[in-house]
Amino acid sequence: MTNEQRGEVVKVSGPLVQARGLAGVRMYEMVRVGDARLFGEVIEIRGEVVSIQVYEETEGIGPGQPVFRTGQPLSVELGPGLIRSIYDGVQRPLDKLVEQCGAFILRGAEAPALDRSVEWDFVPVAKTGDNVVAGDVLGTVKESVIVVHKIMVPPDIPEATVKKIAPVKGNVDTVVAVLETAQGTREVRMAQSWPVRMPRPVKSKMPPQVPLVTGQRVIDMFFPLTKGGTACVPGPFGSGKTVVQHQLAKWSDVDIVVYVGCGERGNEMTDVLMEFPHLKDPKTGQPLMERTVLVANTSNMPVAAREASVFTGITIAEYFRDMGYSVALMADSTSRWAEAMREMSGRLEEMPGEEGYPAYMGSRIAAFYERSGYVKCLGSDDREGTLSLIGAVSPAGGDFSDPVTQATLRVVKVFWGLDANLAYSRHFPAINWLTSYSLYQQTVDSYCNAHLHADWEKNRKRAMALLQREAELEELVRLVGLDALGAGDRMTLQVARTIREDFLHQNAFDDLDTYTSLPKQFALLKLILHYEDEARAALDAGVQLNALLNLPELEKIAGAHLIPENEIDRIDAIREEITKAVAALPRY
Amino acid sequence: MATREYRTARQIIGPLLMVEGVEGITYGELTDIKLEDGSIRRGRVLEVSGDKAVVQVFEGTSNMDPGTLTVKFLGKPQEIGVSEDMLGRVFDGGGRPIDGGPNIIPEKWVNINGNPMNPYARDFPNEFIQTGVSTIDLLNTLVRGQKLPIFSASGLPHSRLAAQVARQATTLKSGEKFCVVFAAMGITFEEAEFFQADFRRTGAIERAVLFINLADDPPIERIAIPRIALTTAEFLAYEKDMHVLVILTDLTNYCEALREISAARKEVPGRRGYPGYLYTDLSTIYERAGRIKGRTGSVTQIPVLTMPEDDKTHPIPDLTGYITEGQIILSRAIHGQGIYPPVDVLPSLSRLKNKGIGEGRTREDHANVMNQLYAAYARGKNAKELAVVLGESALSEIDLLYVRFADAFEDRFIRQGEEENRTIFESLELGWQLLAMLPRTELKRIREEYIDKYLPKQETTA
Ligand SMILES: Nc1ncnc2c1ncn2[C@@H]1O[C@H](COP(=O)(O)OP(=O)(O)OP(=O)(O)O)[C@@H](O)[C@H]1O
Ligand SMILES: [Mg+2]
Repeated sequence: MTNEQRGEVVKVSGPLVQARGLAGVRMYEMVRVGDARLFGEVIEIRGEVVSIQVYEETEGIGPGQPVFRTGQPLSVELGPGLIRSIYDGVQRPLDKLVEQCGAFILRGAEAPALDRSVEWDFVPVAKTGDNVVAGDVLGTVKESVIVVHKIMVPPDIPEATVKKIAPVKGNVDTVVAVLETAQGTREVRMAQSWPVRMPRPVKSKMPPQVPLVTGQRVIDMFFPLTKGGTACVPGPFGSGKTVVQHQLAKWSDVDIVVYVGCGERGNEMTDVLMEFPHLKDPKTGQPLMERTVLVANTSNMPVAAREASVFTGITIAEYFRDMGYSVALMADSTSRWAEAMREMSGRLEEMPGEEGYPAYMGSRIAAFYERSGYVKCLGSDDREGTLSLIGAVSPAGGDFSDPVTQATLRVVKVFWGLDANLAYSRHFPAINWLTSYSLYQQTVDSYCNAHLHADWEKNRKRAMALLQREAELEELVRLVGLDALGAGDRMTLQVARTIREDFLHQNAFDDLDTYTSLPKQFALLKLILHYEDEARAALDAGVQLNALLNLPELEKIAGAHLIPENEIDRIDAIREEITKAVAALPRY
Repeated sequence: MATREYRTARQIIGPLLMVEGVEGITYGELTDIKLEDGSIRRGRVLEVSGDKAVVQVFEGTSNMDPGTLTVKFLGKPQEIGVSEDMLGRVFDGGGRPIDGGPNIIPEKWVNINGNPMNPYARDFPNEFIQTGVSTIDLLNTLVRGQKLPIFSASGLPHSRLAAQVARQATTLKSGEKFCVVFAAMGITFEEAEFFQADFRRTGAIERAVLFINLADDPPIERIAIPRIALTTAEFLAYEKDMHVLVILTDLTNYCEALREISAARKEVPGRRGYPGYLYTDLSTIYERAGRIKGRTGSVTQIPVLTMPEDDKTHPIPDLTGYITEGQIILSRAIHGQGIYPPVDVLPSLSRLKNKGIGEGRTREDHANVMNQLYAAYARGKNAKELAVVLGESALSEIDLLYVRFADAFEDRFIRQGEEENRTIFESLELGWQLLAMLPRTELKRIREEYIDKYLPKQETTA
């Protein structure tokens, strides 16, 4: 805006401010509100009256105070320096805010998202005279020990000729290339910006093909996710949503992780900040922080910024996807995001839908998950990127009929339903194996059959069938007692219990248990099924059930998940021992 | 901001006062409302629209005649004057002394709403607090800077438990400054008296600050009380280097006051008539627990709430559980068995326990013993349920052993005296004694070396 256009506050109600005198203002334009010049975003225009959601506490704002237009939509800065950052919901760097105003976030605190004091080395890839299109990589910057940051032709330049490009060292404002476009020359800087509510364009989207390996046994084996896929983790409080999200952020075999703490606890973000620098990415062996971007808008931080945090996170994630990386974004919790929508909607006095949520809540959730995918990125090199989304859902009362859970289930492909009873019995991850599902199962089965072991799918199905049979038998036992079951059924219970306790159960806080590779997962399951084969054959041959149920070697099965990754052979050795031990049992 | 006075109050709706023709009023500012008889009540601006302001009156609107009121807008938010001299004193819900002592001379004035703590500045809570209660220390360990609520129900002894924790809480280190900030919201005279008497009897009052709003005090004051208490706690923690334990009771009354205001404003209600922003509002209380990097003090919270109809999925416990770092749940069934404290071990949880226990903090075997006790008790309870349906004869020998274990666990481990202050080591010993009832092969969650080291040697005859 040339000369600042100012309007005037007419109403303040919590984070909602209404103003007049802002003719020409656009939906989702950023404005500055009040004498304190708080950041806000236009969320409704009704004739003269413009409604603004304000990203900071509005105490002290009142009618008559000024409102200034910025002419810009809410945008994020994208460039080197994102990795290792921790931002609030509107991309203010929280570490810089501590330097500026101490341990508590004061109103009006401001700092650029990307640190201007850091200098980066730009290495050109394109040459002067090259013809380039949107998305083409002009050059790279080594952003962290893991991440090579690609500086791309911005999506709004369809085609251009490189007029000037050279190696250069400088901060993110440094011009790295000059392009000749149909509209004239354009300078490309190391950092660009993008409006958060607009998905970044891609060339095309494809159905996800490759599993996203998480190292979590129940997930990878039974309810797998794909690179570019979507998943949700609903569950009552304390059932393990955050631990699942943290585990995925730690161990997923992706290039970049964006973790959005949306309306959750401050201590959980601190936990990530303190732990990640000390954990090693299983893929590169480097500290996890070197591939991570954090967005933290905790529950007590302004609710409007919470609403924005999810968009801030996903735009950053899309940007790295556009470089051709595999990216995973965790949002904990999307329910708090939906509640932020509800709160603003209530203050706008919109017609409420179910449980007071706005009628558009479902379509917003759908639109969010649609920003995931396995894509062909813009640019002439046909590189591919993936963006996987994993959202935690916190249903009221733990009841999955809650509107946010239902709206989410309509769009996501993987459902990891957390179960309070499993959590009470300290079975973690408390993913209910009877109700959860993954619509990528076939895709992943064929992938694993081809790449890991031809029996992958067969074994998985067999194990799942045992678990389902167990549930039926348990019903029966409740009615008639254990003694009424035949030896075959008793064996089913035994094997199912072993699968539950020694395979599905996985302690996130044990160094050896926290991550299990696919080959080890396969070996563990095979071991349990081997016991079943041997035991059933022995039963038929007249071995007593009790001898099989109390086989001392079962303890070795129970300990097998703690065998280190580089000693997987030992699992096969246990198999041999089982065979021998069963063979040695007396037959009658 | 200038002070302005208006005699244009037009309407009273529940706890809200509508004032018209105002100018230059800002959101959140404090007001003094003068009644005909000269008395003054406090209020806060909840909404301003054009020349109309909605004021929430803290002491309630009873006896108010809008036509006779003078409303003075003070141009500043609600603040409390804090000082170290508040220790040992008792205040009402507005922060005024009610113990007959002199007024406090504030060291500084602070906005009671505080500011959100920057997650980057937080230090992770990992220092063990010994409460002397086995079910907390061993199974649901409390650490400094944590928020760990007690989910209770009417008629259960949550006050006695909270008082016991307040009395006994300590750490294994020495030479640290502790204090308790206690805020009562809408509790009965008898309950409040119980706490005060207990604090006096044990001398704990010397290192305590009490804020009291009784059941017959104005409900709207309950909105400010926890914030006043936490502002005081933050001052003592971060400026006076104290480890502050904040006890807030009863949050259910707080939430009801919030609902009353929301209803008066005709807001679209969320579940059960509570406002849609209840989660956010509660988080601005609970999230004020914590530690800050580079500062000595800490704020630990034990909020107490009574679950309406003993229902954990009621919005108040539900949303609390979604914010706090675990919960201690009291059970009517265990209370019915005459066991104090009636902690329902299975659904209780401290999320931060892992960080506060183990070698160098409590003892190396702590986590293992905890998991084993927990698993064994869960199995025993399950077996008991089965026995109810099918009779004890349907149980296997080992399950019968677990049943006996569960009974002994409730009787000896959960049950303890109100004055019984067990060290963590005593609790661990007790745990091992109980585990000795089971065959050694059942102790699958404990490392061999710990079993060798700690399992009582002689065979127990159960
Ligand atoms: N895989 C796991 N291994 C061991 N413990 C676990 C695991 N998952 C969860 N837990 C335990 O459960 C507790 C609660 O988990 P978590 O904090 O993830 O719950 P949540 O569903 O995110 O709850 P909320 O909705 O309140 O945030 C953890 O603190 C931990 O003690
Ligand atoms: Mg969580």
